[in-house]
Amino acid sequence: MATSATHAGYAADNYLNHSRGLASWLFTLDHKRIGVMYLIGILTSFLVGGLLAMAIRAHLMAPDGALPLTNDQYNQVFTLHGAIMVFLFIIPSVPAALGNFLVPVMLGAKDVAFPRMNLGSFYLWCFGALFLVGALLSSGLDTGWTFYTPYSTTTDTSVVLATFGAFVLGFSSIFTGLNFIVTINTMRPPGMTWFRMPLFLWATYATSIIQVLATPVLGITLLLLIAERTMHIGIFDPEYNGDPVTYQHFFWFYSHPAVYIMILPGFGIISELISVHSHKGIFGYRFIAYSSIAIALLGFLVWGHHMFTSGMSNLTTIVFSALTFSVSIPSAIKVFNWLATMYKGSISLTTPMCYALSFLFLFTIGGLTGLFLGTLNTDLHLHDTYFIVSHFHYVMMGGTVVAFVGGLFHWWPKMFGRMYNEFWGRISAAIVFIGFNLTFFPQFILGSRGMPRRYATYDVEFQGLHQMSSIGAFLLGFGLLVAGLTLLHALFKGKLAPSNPWGGATLEWHCSSPPPHYNFAHAPVVGDPYEFDHIDYDRSIDGYVFTSPPREVLPKTPQAEPATAKDSHS
Amino acid sequence: MSNHATPQETTVAHDHAAGDHGHGAHGHGAHGHGAHGHGGRPGWDFAHPFPVWGLVAVFISLLFLTVITVAQASLELGGWDVLLSMLIATIKASLVVLFFMHLAFDKPFNAIVFVSALFFVALFIGGTLSDSRLYSDVLEPQYDEAPAELTE
Amino acid sequence: MATTEALPHDATAEDHDHGDHPAFLAHHFDTPEQQFDSGKLGIWLFLVTEVMMFSGLFCAYAIYRAMRPEVFVGSSVFLNTQLGAVNTGVLLFSSLTMAWAVRCAQLEQHRMLVGMLGATLGCASLFLGVKSIEYSHKMDLGLLPAGFYSYDPHAVHHHEGLSPFLIWMAAPFAIATIGLLVWYVIAKVRKNAFQSLVAGPLLAAGLSFFAGVGLGMLLESGESTEGVEHVSESAEESLAEIGPLVGEEEGIHRQDPVEPTGVEPIDAADAENEPAVARATGVVGQLAQQETNSGVRQQLLAEERQAEMASGRITTSAEDVTGPVGELVQAIDTPRLGGVFFSIYYCITGLHAFHILVGMGFLTWLIVRAARREFESNYFGPVDYVGLYWHIVDLIWIYVFPLLYLIR
Repeated sequence: MATSATHAGYAADNYLNHSRGLASWLFTLDHKRIGVMYLIGILTSFLVGGLLAMAIRAHLMAPDGALPLTNDQYNQVFTLHGAIMVFLFIIPSVPAALGNFLVPVMLGAKDVAFPRMNLGSFYLWCFGALFLVGALLSSGLDTGWTFYTPYSTTTDTSVVLATFGAFVLGFSSIFTGLNFIVTINTMRPPGMTWFRMPLFLWATYATSIIQVLATPVLGITLLLLIAERTMHIGIFDPEYNGDPVTYQHFFWFYSHPAVYIMILPGFGIISELISVHSHKGIFGYRFIAYSSIAIALLGFLVWGHHMFTSGMSNLTTIVFSALTFSVSIPSAIKVFNWLATMYKGSISLTTPMCYALSFLFLFTIGGLTGLFLGTLNTDLHLHDTYFIVSHFHYVMMGGTVVAFVGGLFHWWPKMFGRMYNEFWGRISAAIVFIGFNLTFFPQFILGSRGMPRRYATYDVEFQGLHQMSSIGAFLLGFGLLVAGLTLLHALFKGKLAPSNPWGGATLEWHCSSPPPHYNFAHAPVVGDPYEFDHIDYDRSIDGYVFTSPPREVLPKTPQAEPATAKDSHS
Repeated sequence: MSNHATPQETTVAHDHAAGDHGHGAHGHGAHGHGAHGHGGRPGWDFAHPFPVWGLVAVFISLLFLTVITVAQASLELGGWDVLLSMLIATIKASLVVLFFMHLAFDKPFNAIVFVSALFFVALFIGGTLSDSRLYSDVLEPQYDEAPAELTE
Repeated sequence: MATTEALPHDATAEDHDHGDHPAFLAHHFDTPEQQFDSGKLGIWLFLVTEVMMFSGLFCAYAIYRAMRPEVFVGSSVFLNTQLGAVNTGVLLFSSLTMAWAVRCAQLEQHRMLVGMLGATLGCASLFLGVKSIEYSHKMDLGLLPAGFYSYDPHAVHHHEGLSPFLIWMAAPFAIATIGLLVWYVIAKVRKNAFQSLVAGPLLAAGLSFFAGVGLGMLLESGESTEGVEHVSESAEESLAEIGPLVGEEEGIHRQDPVEPTGVEPIDAADAENEPAVARATGVVGQLAQQETNSGVRQQLLAEERQAEMASGRITTSAEDVTGPVGELVQAIDTPRLGGVFFSIYYCITGLHAFHILVGMGFLTWLIVRAARREFESNYFGPVDYVGLYWHIVDLIWIYVFPLLYLIR
C-alpha cells in the first residue's frame, strides 16, 4: 500500500486520530466515533444472530432435525435469532450506526444536538444487549421475539431478563430518534433548507418520528409483561381475566411502526445510492421525501394486520386489511422514482450500486408478497407459515440489510478513509443476491403448501425445498462473509480514499475522508444535494472534484483549527 | 473539547445587563427569535418571563376546577360523569400546558409535536379499545373460588 | 459537591464574560437561543414519549373499565378521595412553584429560584408521604395486584401501630432526612453559605415527606370510623345477604360487592326479601356519607331489580351457573376481578410515583446549580426543561385523579 500520505482527500488529522487511547473512544462525544462504536456493536450482534440463523437452517436440512438440538432448544435458537436481529441489529443498524455518523455531516452541523445523550444511548444499547445476552446465557428464551402472552407468562425461560433488555434497548432507540429530530430541526446551517436535505436525512427524520412515538408503547407493554410475570396483574394473562389479544394490540402498535423503523432508513440509503451511482439527480425528490413521512404516519394505522387470526373482531380485521393496502402507495412511489432516476442515468456498477439494485429487486418481491398477507382470506391460509417468514425476510433482510451493506460500502471510504477492493465487493453482492433468493424463494412455496413456521421438524415432502433453502442460507452467509472480509481488508490494506470517490453532491463528500474532528475544515456551501453538473472525475486522485463555484470550499490542506459550519453565513 | 477556536464573525458586543427585570413587562410574545431587547443581538436575550399574577390566576383556576370535579363526582349523571370529569381534566390539562408549560407562547412546532402525540394516543386507545369492545363478550371470565370462611 | 469557592461566584464576572461562547454554551451551538430551542424541542419530544408510555396504562384502564365497570365502581370505593384530592392540590401547587421557578431563573432572582425549587421539591415529597399512607393502607388490607390480592372483608381489622409497608416506604426518607439534618447543622455551624443554601431546602423537603405521612394518617384515621374499609365492609356484609344483583341491563353497569356464597343465594334473598330493602337503604345511607363513593340512585335501581329477580327467578349458586347470571353473582373483591383494578391502580400510580422520584432527583440537581448561580437570562434551559417534565407529571395526575378516585 503506502500511497502518498498527502492524498488530496485524505485528512491527516481526522476524527479517528484526533485523540488517542481507549478512553478517548469510550467517553467520546463525537457523533462519528459513537457511530463507529455502534457499528462495531451491531455488526457483532449481526454475526451472532447470523450464526443462529445458520444453526436454524442447518437443523432443517433433515425432516427430524439434522443438528442434535431438542425441540425446546430449537425454539430458543429461533427466538434468539429473532430477538437479536430485531432489537440488537436491525432497529439500530442504519439509524444508530450510519445515521449517527452521517446525519450531522450531511446536515453541515458540528455534532448532533445532544452529544452526551447520544453517548448515553450507546451505553443503553450495550446495557440492553447485556440483558438479552444474559437471557441467552441463563435459561434461554423460547417465546419468539414477540413475547406473546399467555405463553410468555407461563414459560420458565428468562422472559423478564429479555424483556427488560428490550425495554432498555427501546430507550436507546428513543434517544437516538429524539436526537436526530432535534438536530435536523434546530442545527441546520443557513442555506440548508428542508428541501435541500439529502433524502437520507428525510428518511432518518421519518424514522425518528416513529421511534419517538411508538417505542414508548413497547416500553410500557414490556413493563406490563414483566409485572404480569412477577405479580400477575391480570392485564394480559387470561388466567387472571387478562386479554392476550390486548397484548398483541399493544405489542403491534409499536412493532408494526418498528417495521418502518427498520426499512425507512434503508429507503434513505437507496435514494442516495441510486442517485449518486447513476450520476443523475434523484427523480421526484419531493415525492420521495413526503412518501417517507407518509409511510411513517400510515405505519401507525395498520398494526392490526399482524393479528388477523388472533381473535380480533371481524370489523377490525376488515378495517385493518383495507388500511394496510394504503401503505403500498408511498412504497411504490419510492420504487418508481428510483427506477426513473436510473433511467438514462450514467450508471456505474460499483459495489454499492450492485447492492442497491439487489435491494430494488428483493424489496419489490417482499412488498408485493405483502399484498397476499394483507388480504384477509389469503392471510388465513398463509398466516404462520413459511410464506410470512419469507415475506419479512425479503423486506427486512433483502431490503434493510442489503441496503445497509450497500450503505456500508458506499460510505466506508468516508468513514475510514480507505478504498476496498471493488472486485470482491461486487462478488459479494452477487453471492448475497443469489444466496438470498435461493434461501427465501423456496420458503414462499413451502409456506403456500402449508409448512408452518417455527417448527423444528417437518414432513418429508418438504425436504427438497428446505434443503434448497438451507444451502441458499449458507451461500448467503458466505456472501456476507466475503463482504465483511472485503471491508476489513480495506481497513488495513486499502488505498487511501479521495474525499469524493463516487461523485456525490451531498455535504459529506465535501469534507475530507475521514472527516476532521469538527466535520468541516471550512463551512460547506449548501447546494442542491442531487446536482451533479459540477462534479468531475479527476484521474490523478481517482475520485471526483467539485468544479465550478464550490471548488474553493474543498479542503486543500487539513486545518488544525476547524471552523464552524455556519460562520460564513448569516 | 477543545482546541477549537471559533472564528468570531459577529462583533457586536453583547451588552447584557445582569438581573434586568424589564423583560417581565414584555410578558410573553409569541415570537421566538429575540432580535428585540437591548443590544439586539440575534440569538440572545430570548427569555419571556410569565407574570406572577398569571401564574397565580392559573393556579387558582386549577384548584377551582379540582373542587368542581370532586363535587361533580357526587352528582348522579349516569354515563356522562366520565365524560364530564374527563372534560374538566382536559380543561385543567390545557391550562397547565398553555400557561405553566408556556405552550401558548412557544414555538408552534413544539405545540404541533405535543398535539400530534395526543392524536396518536387517541389512535392507540381508540383502536385497541374499540376492538376490545367488539370481541370482549366472547371472553370467558375466570372466577375465584369463594373463600371457605365466606360460605356462612 | 461544590467547593466553597463556587458559591460567591461574582455575578458580574459571569455577566461580562460574553465571548462568543460563554461557558454555558455548548461548542456545537452558535447562540444561546439555538441551544435553548434545541433543548426545548428535545424535552417536548421526551414528553411525547412519556405521554405515549402512560397511554398504554390508560388504554389498559379503558379496556378493563369498559369490560367490567362493576369491578371499577366497587373497587374504587377503597380509594380515599380526600387523600387523592389533597395530593392533587399539592401537585398543582408544586406546578405553580415550578413555573415560578422558571420565571426566577429567567429574571436571575437566584435566592428566590432556590426557594421555588425547594418548594417544588417539598411538594413532591409531601405527595409521596401521602401516597405512602395510601399504599401501606391498601397493602395492609391485602388490596394488591391480582397475583398477591388477599383482601378478605371478614378479616379486616385496624392495624395498631405502624404498618410494615409504611416503615419500608418511609425508611429511605427517614435516613435521607437525618443525613440532611446533619449536613444542614454542620453547614450552619461552619457558616458555609452555599451548603446551607442547598441543605436547607433539601432538609425541608425531607421533613415534608413526614408531614405528608402525618396528613395522610390524619385523613385516613378521620375516615376510619366511617372509613372506607368500614363502609365497604359493612356494605358487603349487608349486600351478601341481599343476594345477586342484576345491573347489566340498560347500560347500568353497577354491581355492588356481593360474595359468592355456598348456600344458594336465592334462599338468602327469599328469606330476607323484605328486610333487604331496609338494610340496603342502611347501606346506601352509609355510602352516602362517603359523598364521593357511590351512586345512590344506581344502587337503588339495582336493588329494585334485585328484588324483582328474587321474587321470580330461580338462581343457583355461582359455580353452577353459566353465562351472564353466573357472572353477576360473583363478588368483585376477588383476585381475578378486584385484583385487576388494583393492578391497574398500582401500575398507574406506581409509574407516576416513580416519575415523581425521578423529578425529585432533577430538582435536587437544579437546587445545587441554582445555589451556584449557574442560571442566567441566557441560560435557564435546565430549569425550564425540568419544569416541563414536572408539569407533565402533574398533568398525568390531573387525569389519574378522576379516573381512579372518582369512579361511580
